[in-house]
Amino acid sequence: MDLELSDDQVALRDGIASLLAGRFGSDRIRAGFDRVMWDELAAAGVFSLGADGFGWADRVVVFEELGRACVPGPLVAGSLAHGSVEGIVGGVDRAAAGEVAMVEHLDALDRVLVLDDDGIAAVDAAAVDGDPSPWPLDPLTPVTRVASLPAGERIGDAALARDWRRQGSVLTAAFALGLATRGTELAVEYAKGREQFDRPIGSFQAIKHLLADMLVRAEVARAAVYSAGAHLDDPELPGLDRSIATAKVLACEAAIVNGKSATQVYGGMGFTWEVDVHLYLKRAWVLDTHFGSVEHCSDAIAKSLPSR
Amino acid sequence: MELRYSESEEQFRAQLREWLEATLPTLSPEPGREAWPERRTWDTDWQRRLFDAGYAGLAWPSEFGGRGASPTEQLVFLEETTRARAPYVGVNFVGTLHAGPTLIAEGTDEQKSAHLPRILRGDEVWCQGFSEPGAGSDLASLRTRADRDGDDYVLNGQKIWCSFGQIADFGEFLVRTDPNAPKHKGISWLILPMDTPGIDVRPLRTVLGSSEFSEVFLNDVRVPVGNRVGAENDGWRVTNVTLSFERGTAFVSELVDSLRLVEDVAPLVTDPAYRRELGRCAAEFDGLWALTKRSISQAVRHGAPGAGAMVTKLAYSEARQRFGELCLRVLDRGALAIDGNELVEERLRTLALTIAAGASQIQRNIVSERVLGLPREPR
Ligand SMILES: Cc1cc2nc3c(=O)[nH]c(=O)nc-3n(C[C@H](O)[C@H](O)[C@H](O)COP(=O)(O)OP(=O)(O)OC[C@H]3O[C@@H](n4cnc5c(N)ncnc54)[C@H](O)[C@@H]3O)c2cc1C
Repeated sequence: MDLELSDDQVALRDGIASLLAGRFGSDRIRAGFDRVMWDELAAAGVFSLGADGFGWADRVVVFEELGRACVPGPLVAGSLAHGSVEGIVGGVDRAAAGEVAMVEHLDALDRVLVLDDDGIAAVDAAAVDGDPSPWPLDPLTPVTRVASLPAGERIGDAALARDWRRQGSVLTAAFALGLATRGTELAVEYAKGREQFDRPIGSFQAIKHLLADMLVRAEVARAAVYSAGAHLDDPELPGLDRSIATAKVLACEAAIVNGKSATQVYGGMGFTWEVDVHLYLKRAWVLDTHFGSVEHCSDAIAKSLPSR
Repeated sequence: MELRYSESEEQFRAQLREWLEATLPTLSPEPGREAWPERRTWDTDWQRRLFDAGYAGLAWPSEFGGRGASPTEQLVFLEETTRARAPYVGVNFVGTLHAGPTLIAEGTDEQKSAHLPRILRGDEVWCQGFSEPGAGSDLASLRTRADRDGDDYVLNGQKIWCSFGQIADFGEFLVRTDPNAPKHKGISWLILPMDTPGIDVRPLRTVLGSSEFSEVFLNDVRVPVGNRVGAENDGWRVTNVTLSFERGTAFVSELVDSLRLVEDVAPLVTDPAYRRELGRCAAEFDGLWALTKRSISQAVRHGAPGAGAMVTKLAYSEARQRFGELCLRVLDRGALAIDGNELVEERLRTLALTIAAGASQIQRNIVSERVLGLPREPR
């Protein structure tokens, strides 16, 4: 039993962190996702970790760093589809009949992967007809309203769809963990520097306690996400789905609540476009809709508990 | 990262499981509420059985009767004893979980050999005399005096919230040995035999109507200087050793118990909204259990647990209160009678979690200052 990063994982984390710090600063992130970014991330090996022999616990470490940097783009889909679908891929859960699907990053995609309980279909992005939102919730996650998704080409069966959902949930949770962690760091930095009443606002308990609770949420989520990553590497162990749902619940909630708390700590600055905090909070809201929200995953956990 | 336990840990688990299966059915029925002498007998009997089977003081060095087990084996022990519904540590809490470990870390050889084996065998029950009416969160402002008189200290003052004070043999007591020094610099940590003349223990009533904690009045109580642990006036440092055990590892058994309780309560929860909340609570406890494992992994690898360990008590207290509240709501008007209703009792009991062993506000101050490096409040 070991839930601490190995030396190799520390090296992996530091490697990706320094790459991101060097090339994906705030300006670059704010410019949004494009093909160049995809190619750069691909060259850095972000999507091919599985093919390169890394396990899920390792991929979790990388996705946490991507989240800390708030890197935009269909990163989870790209990672899942690596090796089976060419080009830039995004993913979407097929909405219930008659419901409009919100496809992310459609303009930048070659293919859209459509997941449902029966399997996975790959659809040509050019064949998807939709109505791009001029004003997406997360400015770095453009969305297109699509009334009906083409059937596309079936590339995986129900079992693969289930596996991708599990793996996608864990990578998404890892990304959300990164958001929650960075939110805490940003708020702590600001609270140490910003002075009111002749002292740093970080010396006021009302602020300190918000920050302490942010750390608590992120640390509990981190343990759950690492545990779920290790569980994917050893899927025979009982309780896989519960541990994945737990990671998703705790990480997405941590990302959302920490985003909200960070906004509070920043005061008026937190309500500005200029400060990055809103980007973290908005991405957290986006990710909560992937692979089941906090509420849906809580329901799934409840289902795993004894009932009358 | 690796979730599986090693072969030797699994072997340890299998043996323990076998022992629990054989032993638990032979226990006498648990004593009723408020039957403190019977409670003591029952809890220490269990402690004795653990000792005889080699499961007492798992983490303690073998020279003091412990097993010298690895931290991971301790986790396995907690998992198995909770799953099997073995008795809780009960009145042995202070002795086995924080006074004993403090003696191991700070006591003299004499103190260790006088107390440690007896604590482990269940021959000695301890209580904690830290808090005073005027010194709770600000513990270092305590005023109980210990005046030197030859080879004795003479104690005068009052302690409060002393859990199991009425049945304890010894207490870990904080006293002021230098009234003129700054408040953190004049404190000493003493071993107090609770049958010393001049000690008056008066039970207090809790919100449950029970009386497990007491006020302790000290009137010219003579304690040999040799009962001091650590140097004179260095008691604040020793206190922090004790508190690190009390707020750290001591809570893990409660957490495992919470996981069991979630399973027990689940069949009662049918309303979809409550069911969802139950799932949310389970996620929180599972996450905290993962955090416990992670802290232990970090301790094994680096010699010390990381930041996560500092947040466990804080997160656990809130999670358990949230769960306790859910239980009450699920029972609806059935919750209006406490008798025969473990869950209502449980909800009331959880009110103490964010207060005892350091209130949550104080824990947040500590986390924000020591982990996040925020400036101290002006004091
Ligand atoms: C069930 C139970 C068992 C206990 N058992 C023992 C025992 O065996 N031995 C023992 O010695 N003690 C024991 N205690 C005492 C416990 O450690 C204290 O109750 C606790 O430390 C809080 O102190 P207080 O009760 O004096 O509250 P106070 O310190 O008066 O606090 C009251 C409120 O003010 C807040 N507060 C205080 N200072 C600050 C600050 N600087 N910033 C922000 N908020 C602040 C607190 O968080 C709390 O909400 C027990 C308590 C309980 C509830």
